[in-house]
Amino acid sequence: MKTIFERSRSGRRGLLIPPCDVPEVELDSLIPRRFQRGAPPALPEVDQLTAVRHYTALSRRNHGVDSGFYPLGSCTMKYNPKVAEDIARLAGFARLHPLQPAETCQGALALMHDLERYLAEIAGMARVTLQPAAGSHGELLGLMIIKAFMARRGDGERRRVILVPDTSHGTNPASAALAGYRVVQVRSGPDGDVDIEDLAARLGEDTAALMLTNPSTLGLFERRIEAISGLVHRAGGLLYYDGANMNAIMGISRPGDMGFDIVHFNLHKTFATPHGGGGPGSGPVGVVRELVPFLPVPVIEKGPGGYYLDHDRPLSVGKLHAFYGNFGVTVKAYAYIRSMGPDGLRQVSEDAVLSANYLLSLLRGHYDLPFDRPCMHEFVLSARKHKELGVAARDIAKRILDYGFHPPTTYFPLTIAEALMVEPTESESVETLDAFAEAMVQIARDAVTNPEMLRTAPHTTAVRRLDEVAAARNPVLRWKRRDSEKGEGA
Amino acid sequence: MADPSIPGGAGPGSAHPYLPHTTEDRMVMLSRLGLDSSSELFRELPSSLRMSRPLALPAALSELELLKTLKALADGNLNLDEHPCFLGAGVYDHYVPSVVDHVLGRSEFYTSYTPYQPEMSQGMLQAIFEYQTLICELTGMEVANASLYDGGSSLAEAALMGCRASGREEVLIARTVNPFYREVVATYLRTAGFAIREIPLDESGAVDLDLLAAAAGSGTAALILQSPNFFGILEDLEAAGNILRRRAPAASFVVSADPISLALLRPPGELGVDIVVGEGQVLGNHPSFGGPLLGIMACTEKLLRRMPGRIVGETTDAEGRRGYVLTIQTREQHIRREKATSNICTNQALNALAAAVYLTVLGKDGLREVAFNCCWKGHYARERFRSLRGFAIPYQGPCFREFVVNCPIPPAELNSALIRDGIIGGYPLARHYPEREELRSAWLLCVTERRTRAEIDRLAEAAAAAAALSPVFPSPEGGTVLENDL
Repeated sequence: MKTIFERSRSGRRGLLIPPCDVPEVELDSLIPRRFQRGAPPALPEVDQLTAVRHYTALSRRNHGVDSGFYPLGSCTMKYNPKVAEDIARLAGFARLHPLQPAETCQGALALMHDLERYLAEIAGMARVTLQPAAGSHGELLGLMIIKAFMARRGDGERRRVILVPDTSHGTNPASAALAGYRVVQVRSGPDGDVDIEDLAARLGEDTAALMLTNPSTLGLFERRIEAISGLVHRAGGLLYYDGANMNAIMGISRPGDMGFDIVHFNLHKTFATPHGGGGPGSGPVGVVRELVPFLPVPVIEKGPGGYYLDHDRPLSVGKLHAFYGNFGVTVKAYAYIRSMGPDGLRQVSEDAVLSANYLLSLLRGHYDLPFDRPCMHEFVLSARKHKELGVAARDIAKRILDYGFHPPTTYFPLTIAEALMVEPTESESVETLDAFAEAMVQIARDAVTNPEMLRTAPHTTAVRRLDEVAAARNPVLRWKRRDSEKGEGA
Repeated sequence: MADPSIPGGAGPGSAHPYLPHTTEDRMVMLSRLGLDSSSELFRELPSSLRMSRPLALPAALSELELLKTLKALADGNLNLDEHPCFLGAGVYDHYVPSVVDHVLGRSEFYTSYTPYQPEMSQGMLQAIFEYQTLICELTGMEVANASLYDGGSSLAEAALMGCRASGREEVLIARTVNPFYREVVATYLRTAGFAIREIPLDESGAVDLDLLAAAAGSGTAALILQSPNFFGILEDLEAAGNILRRRAPAASFVVSADPISLALLRPPGELGVDIVVGEGQVLGNHPSFGGPLLGIMACTEKLLRRMPGRIVGETTDAEGRRGYVLTIQTREQHIRREKATSNICTNQALNALAAAVYLTVLGKDGLREVAFNCCWKGHYARERFRSLRGFAIPYQGPCFREFVVNCPIPPAELNSALIRDGIIGGYPLARHYPEREELRSAWLLCVTERRTRAEIDRLAEAAAAAAALSPVFPSPEGGTVLENDL
């Protein structure tokens, strides 16, 4: 398919700008020549229809939740309600400037204030900030809060270590490193839970915190979480909750009650805001009472005169975002919580866990199951047996594309060989789960009878298997005009 | 407990549009699992951790009720469609062409995930590849990433890149850089263990180059400038770059640039800049109360391996077709974990798509026209205020889209009066620059191509009228003597 640059023709344009109604002064008199650009940037020159066709064609070479089943583990690809899209586009939300005087945006501040409270209730935290723009941004904030708290407490200097399980999402250690901590990994035991002896051995005077997801990235509930919480706190550390898997426990259990001190939420997972092809997301952070003074500025407060932004927070860690976070995303999460209500959210988690267990029961005979335990909202299978036949998890994933499904997460968590992490979510009907299971079973059979077909998959997508090795070896990271463009089609 | 035989309501077990499982479906699934009830699914949870009460949240609303409730909240805000807005300071009221929201509304884009399975995600991948190309064209840099969160955090990431690339620990940042960005940079650097040193401005409203020269040295990891700066003034990037190369050759030169201004201004890539960041909200994204925004980052080839964020690269498929994939992922958290260039995972992909569509629809000529309009209208507005009694323009240098006005009464008071006239006025600056006498009563005004001459005239008239009515207005002799202390 052509790039937009290859569709450009000099002299075409996609929009008219209103004529200027003030004097069109000579540019040189406003901006000295040496600041001015020589040649204008080589932006496309297309008429509006060409632009629209181009992007429509691109969209048809893409697959979203609305296109079909998307069981990416730990991503919670649930249905994105359309009413939320309309709400976020209302002029009263989309056309607000963040620096407008507070009295002109009371509705927006009220929404944020209420959402903070709803999230705090769902997680069992004292206070929430909506400032982080994504989950890993929230992790960074959480770690900054830990650091500030311990500095104030007086033992910050020696508490330089963050513990993460070996099954943790890559963002956990990356965030810890960004926050200036050293990372130490804790082993998982043979039952999938964190190895509590290994944890106890690694906890010490240098521990700042343990970062955990519960359920874990293996889709298993950390059964000894209360003991873990006790150990970490007795060692003087704090307990951080990665909220990626919160879809399993809403209304059923709360991280605050498990002993977590800081929580981040992924609104683009649990709270149904769309993933956008890689964002924008939103990663609010909740904290227990002792940590509230460290929250980033500004904090939304309610006074006798209405809502206002409080910048006067002497212990605040500072700011991670120029303004208040991804407001347009938080609006959608607010709409979702109001659409579901307390019983609805609980039902979401029950159905998510039920669907995952059901789907697991259909697949377990055909793929390796590393941990024979009830799963929560997701489960991990291994294609280890198939690898021995020359069919890797990657090949299985590529073949799933031919069935019109998005594959599960592959090669994560790192502790499971040829991992396939499946999270159906509560949005999918039984028929969809059955159809996916049928495809997976067929693929497992094909691995034996026709492995080459899987190794050369996908066969029916817009492009065949792409050479990722060549892309990294010889990076071409932007379009440049070349002499010939063969085989690019339309 | 709600009676499921009564239609409507959202009690436990009753139907919901986002939950396809019927009571029968659940029974069938549970029986396949050999379980009697859903609560057994949670048998591994200690009973001490199971909630004994429902969440204390408002009851569920139907779609119609939800719309009414949210509309009431939205109507509780003054919006930019109904009120001309002269605020800038990091978020800008530029026109968003209709095509942008229609493209973004295609659910194959917005309901998709990060394109880890490229064969099914060529749409998003190619769109981002085109976006990267457009950013390189605007900035004159060699490579661009697929986005970061916003202009502030991008600047912080660039500062960290400078520290790592140079092995030095002190970042110099001009006080003419957006104060919110400076706070974000300081927050990131503090936690990572690096130092930040601010370089004052001079009386022209630009960074003081002499003080910069004095501060730059062997401990400098990076220099951060913004141009147009927070006051709308153009910085002399070439001169600053020369100073940096002489005094701190190991340091990275980081510039926060405005994408619309780059239609007219010399691209930083031609001025020896190492890392360009910026706020892409101006490219086809609504102000949206400050988010979601779009963090732009582009750098030299040399710094590519240190650049955070996702990057799309071109490749071929098994049959020789051109295609696109996420590439050089060895920089990223899912592969390198604590050794990653950053921790970023979800970024602002859809906002980057909006930027690509915007730049495509506006095109080579359209973007330049928008930029020219900003210049002409900004200039017109500045001259109107220069001629108003009691108002003064403290900085005379070339500016783009924003300028500072000294007001005879506190800007916050001016803004309250303007709101009564249906105008959203500029941003009061004193809180951010207590050390600058000329900014004690200063206001940052922004004029985009959306502002008409009539709106600018009305702003000036209303500001003059509000000032004249105020008890603190200057005496007939002129000057800015105030009756009350500020």
